[in-house]
Amino acid sequence: MKRIGLFVPCYIDDFYPEAALSTLEILEAHGFDVAYPENQSCCGQPLFNNGLPEDARLLAERFVKLFGAFDYVVAPSSSCIATVKYRYREVLPQKEAEALGKRVYELFEFLHDVVGVERLRLPHPFPHRVGLHQSCHGLRELGLGCPSETFVKGCGDKVRRVLEKVEGIDVVMPSRDECCGFGGTFSVQEHALSARMGRDRIADHTANGVEVITGVDMSCLMHMQGLAKRDGIPLRFVHAAQILAGRAE
Amino acid sequence: MACVDHAGNAAAFLKDKAQARWHDEALWYVRKKRDAAAASVPEWEELRRAAEAVKEHTLAHLGHYLTLFESQARANGIEVYWAENGQELNDIVAGLLREHGAKRVVKSKSMLTEECGLNAYLQQRGIEVTDTDLGERIVQLAGQHPSHIVLPAIHMRKREVAALFSEHLGTERDNDDPLYLTRAARAHLRQKFLEADAAITGVNFALAEEGGVVVCTNEGNADLGTALPGLHIACMGLEKVVPDARALGVLTRLLARSATGQAITTYTSHFLRPKPGGRLCVVIVDNGRSGLLQSGQKKVLTCIRCGACMNSCPVYRRSGGHSYETTVPGPIGSVLAAAKEPGRFASLPFACTLCASCDHVCPERIDLHDRLFAARRVAMESTCFGGKRRSLRLAAVLLRHPRLYRFVMAAARAVLPKLPRNWLYNRHNLWGLEREVPMPAKKPFRQMMRERKRG
Repeated sequence: MKRIGLFVPCYIDDFYPEAALSTLEILEAHGFDVAYPENQSCCGQPLFNNGLPEDARLLAERFVKLFGAFDYVVAPSSSCIATVKYRYREVLPQKEAEALGKRVYELFEFLHDVVGVERLRLPHPFPHRVGLHQSCHGLRELGLGCPSETFVKGCGDKVRRVLEKVEGIDVVMPSRDECCGFGGTFSVQEHALSARMGRDRIADHTANGVEVITGVDMSCLMHMQGLAKRDGIPLRFVHAAQILAGRAE
Repeated sequence: MACVDHAGNAAAFLKDKAQARWHDEALWYVRKKRDAAAASVPEWEELRRAAEAVKEHTLAHLGHYLTLFESQARANGIEVYWAENGQELNDIVAGLLREHGAKRVVKSKSMLTEECGLNAYLQQRGIEVTDTDLGERIVQLAGQHPSHIVLPAIHMRKREVAALFSEHLGTERDNDDPLYLTRAARAHLRQKFLEADAAITGVNFALAEEGGVVVCTNEGNADLGTALPGLHIACMGLEKVVPDARALGVLTRLLARSATGQAITTYTSHFLRPKPGGRLCVVIVDNGRSGLLQSGQKKVLTCIRCGACMNSCPVYRRSGGHSYETTVPGPIGSVLAAAKEPGRFASLPFACTLCASCDHVCPERIDLHDRLFAARRVAMESTCFGGKRRSLRLAAVLLRHPRLYRFVMAAARAVLPKLPRNWLYNRHNLWGLEREVPMPAKKPFRQMMRERKRG
């Protein structure tokens, strides 16, 4: 049996544990031996993204120590996975970083590429109209979807393909596949712009009459959720893993 | 040194909601046009790779191609000058105009002369400079700088242009019919073309093998401007050289499609020799470019200035070009500015969510989001980010010590939900200015896992 190390990003651990629990349950339901190394910490993304790779080095080293021995490392977050995959090269020995990079997966990428769409076991129906927010790191760094500005043959909307296997779900894409404006510390440093971008995304989704907005990065959803709540827009925001695991109602 | 406050500029731009929305939608429309034009070329991605190869090859042999261009151009009767910086460019141009006795100059689009402040320099010396690209003429009349490299006046609505034209060109105050305004501008510019003593143009591409320069416009203003006067001064950055006309064929297929969604610019004019009895002078400008060539940001020198990255950038579209306070705004402009003056432009690499859309539209496949990511390392050292640097370093310490981190989060879990609203929402909480703050879950995941283990 293949062993998976479950990586739970720091903010998911504290703010959205249901997304992590759902991830664990889905992986177990597909027959994997999933371990959760408790001493894990942040992947270091906020430090990398703010030009402080040296401060992130110890976090990267800790990550390798905790997750280096697993067959796969899976996390419910495309931006953290993209960090491990592409940014660790800056601070770790190249071979080590590349070897690790090949074994890390965002959950939906794992389900699509490793488990296979036809072999999915998704017993929980979700009869709702759902807007899918494709987060940028998933869409363009991990290639989980086909960005509207590219013309690459053979790319596929992995998240959408998996989600559409859920019984009763109606997945609706917004008219633009652009950034929601979260961007980590961007959301604070450029708060006016960030809020504008988020409101535009929400309006794009609500124009489609969706009840729920989902995605694979809870950080983007958290930002939009905060805006919708402030504006009194009755939308639900759930991580896509929760839909698969029947934890979204 | 004052730092550019991109966030503040963006917030100011966003205050006029209708205007900001219009700006976003107008540029998104251009991006969609670009998408359609790119999709119409089945070998689009191969074409991008070919363009990347052309420019990278040229940069790797830049000295060779520049010298070849110089000797071929001279053989064609073109005068070639070299300027190490903006000051030298301005001096050379002013000197040539003086020699020629030129008092009135028509200038077609050139971001390089904008970068070097040529207009102001010449005007101070009593020379009238008229920008002849319609958008550039509009911003010139308004006393502004271009806010976009391809669509210089995209930040202005037609009613503003109507007011401006009525003030300067005597059009009817309330008539903002685009056709009427365009006709008025055309009549006005026609007069300037007829009166001009000299023409200045930019250069889109310089062909080394053929020894000529290529200027692309949609309005034909470079051709009209250079038709009558005996002196044509073409100003080019040294990265504009390409090996030959074959290479040009690759780049022109990409330029207009990426910029505006057109198959090709309306006018792609080749200037291979001076006209009979006239002078054609080319000034090759460095102004920091050879420094870039030696740096980690070398790749940005392959940029062909199509503006696609701006149109695709959700930040640029919502903050406007002026928010960057640079000659070239948007993703490419942020990298260029931060490479040149990392202190002053420290905020620009952060005026980006790293969404990477710019990478995919760039005809030269410049990894712009990675370039911006790299620029943050230097920018973070700027004094402008002292506070941010300190708080992130503090966060780093916390994250390196999971027990301490968990203790802090446990405290937050206990305290946050009980705080009075005005303790949580005030001017210090930038997240909370327009958004509700997320509350920690009752139980963190690690606790759920412990309980799960115990059964």
